[in-house]
Amino acid sequence: MTSIGTGYDLQNSVFSPDGRNFQVEYAVKAVENGGTCIGIRCKNGIILATEKIITSKLLRPGANRRIATVDRNIGVVSAGLVPDGRHFVSRARDEASSWRSTYKAPIPVKALAGRLGSYVQAYTLYSSVRPFGITAIVGGWDTDAETKVDGQVGIGPAVGSGGKVDGAKKGGPGLYMIEPSGLYWGYYGAATGKGRQAAKAELEKLDLSSGTLELEAGVMEAARIIYVAHEDSKDKDFELEMSWVSSVDGPTKGRHEQVPSSLLEEAERRAKKAMEGEDEETGSGEGEKMEE
Amino acid sequence: MVRSSGMLGEDGIHVDMNHLKTGEVNMAITFCDGVILGADSRTTTGAYIANRVTDKLTQVHDTIWCCRSGSAADTQAVADIVSYHLGLYGVMHEEGPTTQTAAGLFQELCYDNKDRLSAGMIIAGYDQRNGGNVYSIPLGGSLHKQPYAIGGSGSTYIYGYCDSYWKEGMSEEEGIGFVKGALREAIKWDGSSGGVIRLVVLTNKGAVRHLYLPDQGYKGPGKGA
Repeated sequence: MTSIGTGYDLQNSVFSPDGRNFQVEYAVKAVENGGTCIGIRCKNGIILATEKIITSKLLRPGANRRIATVDRNIGVVSAGLVPDGRHFVSRARDEASSWRSTYKAPIPVKALAGRLGSYVQAYTLYSSVRPFGITAIVGGWDTDAETKVDGQVGIGPAVGSGGKVDGAKKGGPGLYMIEPSGLYWGYYGAATGKGRQAAKAELEKLDLSSGTLELEAGVMEAARIIYVAHEDSKDKDFELEMSWVSSVDGPTKGRHEQVPSSLLEEAERRAKKAMEGEDEETGSGEGEKMEE
Repeated sequence: MVRSSGMLGEDGIHVDMNHLKTGEVNMAITFCDGVILGADSRTTTGAYIANRVTDKLTQVHDTIWCCRSGSAADTQAVADIVSYHLGLYGVMHEEGPTTQTAAGLFQELCYDNKDRLSAGMIIAGYDQRNGGNVYSIPLGGSLHKQPYAIGGSGSTYIYGYCDSYWKEGMSEEEGIGFVKGALREAIKWDGSSGGVIRLVVLTNKGAVRHLYLPDQGYKGPGKGA
């Protein structure tokens, strides 16, 4: 890992003889130092949460938010270089808006992840640019309600639409994580940033693939996981930031929003309590006592 | 007219003349299993019938079709563009395009180019999620979701007929009877509508064409023709 090595790490898009792209790997290092971010795919929605490290006491609490809304139903959070994250969000918004102007409907989360993946990947190809120093988690809810075409006149007929098939695929939650290489996968639970290992271990305990976790319970878990992941950098102050998206008949009515402060405070209170409990009994680390 | 090959392509619609008018009457309805589109087959240049067996029911995706009325050239061009976009959408995403997607694309084209186009479109499609849906885009480029839609000059003669005989959730047989009956009236009263009656039935089973000929009293040959 010394920089006076082979020289294969000095330029983007150049492979080393053993098939690695060092600039991309260095970008991953930038991510590994960023504040922990997680995403949880629940039964009836998505939760995004991040550990925002307080770099100065002069920063106003609650300001400088890290979780961004990209389209009404989609949020993005990223770990790594903050300005790169902002640029990424801006691109995501452009993609969402361009989709809307072509198809007169919100972009599906999967399609957005695909477009952003391609965009990030392009930044690994050219010597004039550097890769993104972020890993982003994109989460949203594709509406399961009957959609109107943007710009449609009136609400349309109350009748018609014969021949619907029961159980035909209809929207639902989508959660994707995009890495500096442009690689992206869909996840039940995603974690990135400094505390990702601890966070992943906690996420795996939740049995997310069964699709039974309720949104509100997920909020509590998300808060706790961020607190658990923060254990290793206890010396630094942090702020917990959380957002969620539910279906149209859920608490956010299909929109991506900040978790309301009352619920956020409750989740934080429980998370802190859970952490204290852990300290008393085993002195930190693993342990699955956690009351609901 | 430079084209020497006459007016008709093999499919009977690709006619290249100045101001060819198509779609003197067409319609689309929702019924219990999906949608039915129907149209006459007359294309005119002034008083001259340029094509008596035109196909004005144009496929833009598997089970998304449209009825074209207005300028033959304009409506074909618009349908071709939408067909391209829907085709691309279909291969790029696991879920195919919906009727809404198609309607949105049609509207964008019709509204943005309203000064240059003479195109009245009815879009009808079936998908499992939304069932059968009908959208109408008249001359200005507005978009209307309707239980059924009628268009073209001949449609003025059948507003009363449709209003009287329209029923929600008709069976396929009733739906075909309704569309055929309405189109027969339009053809009877409207000088610039005529020829055969073409129908397309869009359901979970896919698209089925029907053809009804005037010399058989619009009774056949019917399905699959």
